[in-house]
Amino acid sequence: MRRTAGASRSRSARPVWEEPPSIPGLIGKWVVLTVIVLAVLVPMWSVVVTSLSSRQTINEAGGMVMVPKGFDPSAYVTIFSGGQVARAVWTSVILTVVGTAFSLSLTVLAAYGLSRPGSLLHRPLLFLFLLTFLIYPGLVPTYLLVTGLGLKNTIWALIFAGAISAFNLVVIRAFFMNIPSELIDSARIDGAGEFRILTRIVMPLSKAVIAVVGLFYAVGYWNVYFNALLYIDDNDMWPVQRVLQSYILAGQSPSVTGTPVNLPGITATPPTLAIKMAVVVVTIIPAVLVYPFVQRHFTKGVITGAIKG
Amino acid sequence: MSRAGLDTVDPVVAAPAATTVTGRPASPPRRRRMPLRARLRRDWPLLAMTAPAALVVLIFHYVPTLGNIIAFQDYNPFAGNNPVESFIASEWIGFGNFEALFSNPLFWDALRNTLAITAFQLVFYFPLPIFLAILLNSVMSAKIRAFIQSVVYLPHFFSWVLVITFFVQMLGGAGLLAQELRKAGLEPWNIMTNPDTFIILVTAETVWKDLGWGAIVFLAALSAIDQNLYEAAAVDGAGRWRRLWHVTLPGLRPVIVLLLILRLGDALSVGFEQFILQREAVGRQAAEVLDTFVYYNAIVTQQYGLGAAAGLFKAVVGLVLILAANKLAHRLGEQGVYARS
Repeated sequence: MRRTAGASRSRSARPVWEEPPSIPGLIGKWVVLTVIVLAVLVPMWSVVVTSLSSRQTINEAGGMVMVPKGFDPSAYVTIFSGGQVARAVWTSVILTVVGTAFSLSLTVLAAYGLSRPGSLLHRPLLFLFLLTFLIYPGLVPTYLLVTGLGLKNTIWALIFAGAISAFNLVVIRAFFMNIPSELIDSARIDGAGEFRILTRIVMPLSKAVIAVVGLFYAVGYWNVYFNALLYIDDNDMWPVQRVLQSYILAGQSPSVTGTPVNLPGITATPPTLAIKMAVVVVTIIPAVLVYPFVQRHFTKGVITGAIKG
Repeated sequence: MSRAGLDTVDPVVAAPAATTVTGRPASPPRRRRMPLRARLRRDWPLLAMTAPAALVVLIFHYVPTLGNIIAFQDYNPFAGNNPVESFIASEWIGFGNFEALFSNPLFWDALRNTLAITAFQLVFYFPLPIFLAILLNSVMSAKIRAFIQSVVYLPHFFSWVLVITFFVQMLGGAGLLAQELRKAGLEPWNIMTNPDTFIILVTAETVWKDLGWGAIVFLAALSAIDQNLYEAAAVDGAGRWRRLWHVTLPGLRPVIVLLLILRLGDALSVGFEQFILQREAVGRQAAEVLDTFVYYNAIVTQQYGLGAAAGLFKAVVGLVLILAANKLAHRLGEQGVYARS
């Protein structure tokens, strides 16, 4: 019943039977929506402006800057001229690229392997993935396993532990199963093997869903914090969120490890607010860059997604 | 697809696929008769493709699940050179870890905080995306609606570190708000370090991060409501609010029930990073939840048996909760998370 393409109908005009909106109602609605939008945009604006402000502007404002005055990129120069932040950005980029490639290729392969009901072991294998939704392995055994395998202080500790999202797998699989079987059958008659069918026929038809799932994985890897806290002791190998935490929140709350954070290169001069905010901006940028691609699919409303039918 | 229901476990992360989950109508036909060897010859490429992911899930999900058995041991990580040797060498103590856990007041504090936060967010967070979706749906201009949507979805992609950083910079003691209040000659207060209002703070953070994202699923459900119902109701004299009550809300009901079940099943998880990041600022009393309890009392102190017991407790309670909630949903005539089999 509820399974529709979900395209948000363009309600460009009010139907004749609908009463005209009341003035207080309209005002209330727009006040609420404006507040919600500003609640997201104002902090982001302030952070970006502060990161580009000179020491003098920051002092005049007494902290966070709302009104830009001049343009001073020195904070960015400082953090990218080496030291902890530059290293962390590099680590996170590698982690995100390697992790996403790993997760996405395994997920796509398995989604295709499970896209044909009635194939050998189809049900038990599908079940193996679906049950991960219900079974919670627990923090301690996972920690012991990852450390026991000697993965501590490697990026693989951050990749393996959450490499496959059963949800993503199921979404891609559902998409694959909707591809007309005639296409696949005709390719098979032409002598294509399964792998060839996947790469030449199925994947080109599923670019959008694969891209979206890839972006979900990428955002997950870029945002990893807690696993880094668990598995990466060596602060030369910290990903960017871990560094952000030690920079910004450490002033508020001491580092969660309880030991004073040593920041090679910048220990001598405590980071000014502009440098801190520049780190924040650097951490946001990938999310903001990646976002328009995913977002198109959201607003098009192609996504009733998981609302089952 | 009797299991299709499980697709919905994170309904929010919808993706363009999933327009239908039914798949091709029963193709290929039943080939149960085919001998195993022939099926193997036909299907081995599919098996080979599934194998890597299955292996990763087996090793990193199911092996730790079995590893929970150390909850019944006085597990000593130094008894052997690796976890397996230590496991073999460690002494079995039955329910000793559970006794220690249940007699630990810190555990009960953490459990109480967790349940309080779940309950609080159920009341003060859960309904908000529904309101937002209804509001957004009433915006006539497609352009303005798309703009608002892109803005409010964005924070979902921020890490918790980033979200809390924003809150500190805006509302913290040295943040924008405090700084403006000081300029105005008022005494600023610091909500970021106040344990008494912590539950409000974490809910506000959750709202900021996920309000928009949470509305997606309701927007989709709204657009699936038959417009003729509204017209018929209007013709019958139902006003705006009557239509909301008698058409819109019933149309959303299955989704609401589904998300409620999932939330209930997850009652013991309120998120990890959000709390570990703020625990130092507001103190253990307010910010310790079950997950951070395990981190600080098992991993940091290497009391692995105790931590496994807490994890097992959480897993079992979570499983029972979700099965019970689902059963209840079936009783009430809803579909629930997975179909009755």
